[in-house]
Amino acid sequence: MTPFRLAFATILGKDLRTELRTLQSLPAMALFAVTTFVIFHFALDRNSLSGSLAAGVLWTTVLFAAVLGINRLFVAEREQGGFDAMRLAPIDRTALFAAKAAALLVYLVALELVVVPVFAVFFLDSASALPPLVPVLLLADLGLAATGTVVSSMAVNSRARDLLAPLVLLPLIVPLMIAATGASEPLLAVGGPGYHRFGSWLAVLGLYDLVFLLVGYAVFDFLVED
Amino acid sequence: MKPSDGTDGPALYVAGLCREFGERTALDGVDFTLSAGESLVVLGPNGAGKTTLLRTLATLLRPSAGDVRVLGCRLPDEAWKAHGRIGFLGHEPLLYRDLSGRENLHFHARLHGIRDTAAEARIAELLAAVGMERRADERVVELSAGMRQRLAICRCVLHEPELLLLDEPDSSLDAEGRELAAGLIGPGRGRARVLVSHDPERALPGADRALLLGRDGSVVHEGRAEDLDLSAARAATAGTAI
Repeated sequence: MTPFRLAFATILGKDLRTELRTLQSLPAMALFAVTTFVIFHFALDRNSLSGSLAAGVLWTTVLFAAVLGINRLFVAEREQGGFDAMRLAPIDRTALFAAKAAALLVYLVALELVVVPVFAVFFLDSASALPPLVPVLLLADLGLAATGTVVSSMAVNSRARDLLAPLVLLPLIVPLMIAATGASEPLLAVGGPGYHRFGSWLAVLGLYDLVFLLVGYAVFDFLVED
Repeated sequence: MKPSDGTDGPALYVAGLCREFGERTALDGVDFTLSAGESLVVLGPNGAGKTTLLRTLATLLRPSAGDVRVLGCRLPDEAWKAHGRIGFLGHEPLLYRDLSGRENLHFHARLHGIRDTAAEARIAELLAAVGMERRADERVVELSAGMRQRLAICRCVLHEPELLLLDEPDSSLDAEGRELAAGLIGPGRGRARVLVSHDPERALPGADRALLLGRDGSVVHEGRAEDLDLSAARAATAGTAI
C-alpha cells in the first residue's frame, strides 16, 4: 500500500499543477466574485455596507464562486480516467478525498486573497475588520472544501452534474453560512470590529468542519465505486 | 481447479460470473481459469461483454454474481489486495491531457509507491522501449492517438504488474508501435495476460488459452488456444453464427 502522505501529496500536486497550467477554475471563480460585488454595489446603491448586510454580501458571493470550483473538482478524474487510475493503484481512497478537499481549500484561499480586498474597497469604510475575519474565512473554507468534495464526487457521475452539485450542496451548507455570517456580522459592524458571540460562532464552524470531514472520510469510498 | 483461499493458486479463477446493468445482462455465467504466466485471448462480437469482463477482472466493476478471484483475491471483498498488482490498458489511456507524458508517468509511479529515483530510471527505460523519449515532455493533449497509446502502455507496465489486462492494445498503433509494444505487453514474459481482441489472426498466436463470448455474454468456447478453430473464431468475432 502506497503511504497515505505520498498519495495525498501526489494527487494534490497534480491538481495544483494542472490548475496553474490551465487556469480553468480560479480565474472564473475570481471574475464571478468581482462581478457580483460590482452588481451588488450598483443594485444596493450604497457606498458602504456594515453588519449583517455586509456579511451577507460577502458570504453569498464567496459561496456561489465556490460552487464554480466545486463543479469542476472531479471533471478531469471523470473525463480523463483519473478515477480508474486511482482505483487501480494501491492507495487508501481517503487520500483522494483529502487531496481534493485540500485542492479546493487552496482555491478558496487564493480566491479570497483576491476578492476580500476587492470587497473591502467596494463596501467597507476601513480595513480593520479584515485581520479578525481571517479565522472565520479559514474555518468556513475548510467546511466548504469538505462538503464540496463530497457533493462533487457524487455529482460528477451524473449527466446533470452542473445542476445537481448546487442543488445538493446549498441545503447542506446552510448551517455553515449561518455560522460564517454570524461570526462576520459583528466584525463588519459600524465603528469597527466587535466580538459579540464571535467565539461561539467559530466553535460552530469548527464543529461543522469536523462533522463533514468525518462524513467525507466515512462515505467517500462508496461514492467512487462503480 | 478451485483455488484455496489465499494468494496461491491460479492468476484468475472465474466461476459463474454474471454482470448486469439494470435489465441488461452483459456477462452470463462466465467460467474460466488462467494459471500464472499464461496468456488468455478473449474474442467475441461487439456487445459480447469483453470490456465488461476486463473491467470486472481489473476490480473496476463489481460482479453481480459468481466467484471471481484475481491473483488469489476474491472480488469484490478483497479487491483492495489486488490493487497495484494489475496492469490495465482499456479504451482510455488514463492519462491527464494537460500534463506531459513524463509527468503522467511520474504521477502513476508515485501512486504505486515507486520512489522518485527508481521511477526516473524505469520511466526512461519504458519511454525508450516505445520510442517516446523525444516527445515525453509534450502535453498529452498535443500527442496523436498512437503516441498516447504508447504512453498508456508505459503506464500499464510501469509498476511491473503480475497480471496484464489489455483491451485491444493495438487499436491505434502503427506497425512500428505494435512491434515496440509487443516487447512490453506481448506474451511469454512470465506474467498472466488477458487480451481482448477483434482480430483472432493476430491475437491467437502466442496465446495459451482462448475464451469466445457470444452476443448474449455467455461463453461459446473456453479452452486451449490451439484447439480453437480459426474460422469459427473469425465468424464469432464478426458476429455471425459459428
